[in-house]
Amino acid sequence: MSSHLADPRAARASITVECRLFARYAELLGRTQVSLRLPPTATVSDAIAALRTGVEKGDLLPAAPLAAVNCEHSAPDRPLHDGDELALLPPLAGG
Amino acid sequence: MMVTNWRCCRRWQGGDLGYLTREPIDVAALLAEVAAPGRGGTVAFLGTVRRSAEDGPVSAIEYSAYEEMVVAELDRILDEARARWPDVGVAASHRLGTVPTGEASIGVVAAAPHRDQAFEAGRFLIEEAKRRLPVWKHERFDDGTVQWRDT
Repeated sequence: MSSHLADPRAARASITVECRLFARYAELLGRTQVSLRLPPTATVSDAIAALRTGVEKGDLLPAAPLAAVNCEHSAPDRPLHDGDELALLPPLAGG
Repeated sequence: MMVTNWRCCRRWQGGDLGYLTREPIDVAALLAEVAAPGRGGTVAFLGTVRRSAEDGPVSAIEYSAYEEMVVAELDRILDEARARWPDVGVAASHRLGTVPTGEASIGVVAAAPHRDQAFEAGRFLIEEAKRRLPVWKHERFDDGTVQWRDT
């Protein structure tokens, strides 16, 4: 198999994930979006850890908030890809 | 709110956030969506902003949402209901912005050949919507104070 069919993530030094914050989390951090550069093997929980340590007031976020990737509820171990949209969701209160 | 550069909302760039409204829930329109000659039982559920809350008298609730995901998730919930009850018509609407006490923030309807399936499907819709839709409430009290309702 030719090499260009190998996992493209292996060839990348990093990925960029757009993180969106809502409601109380947006209020806590004073912003609604953050662009994160992460290792190509990063998961949802890695991205949350990077937010909590690398962004001002990030430590105000819980360690394991609800998360969605590209508008789908996602588990902490979901792998992220370049260009993904990661949303951190405060406890849901719809209806 | 104009949001056009996010991956998951590309299919909504036409501005069709059809399940979401900043006006009062139009129950008649929801009922019209599911009405059919073979459907003899229809259930409509409205969730309404209520006066009594644990922390004091609520005058209104400001609803905000991850709008593109609400649309995507409601699509999935309605599709799941249609797969589970193929003869049942289903529809839903969620209101955003300031909703005064006594007015509805969400409406779901289910119309089926017989009432059992209509009740089952209607219950499914509201329970899944409450559990899965990324919507948040900012409560406003009579004394002017506000707080997030997220516990």
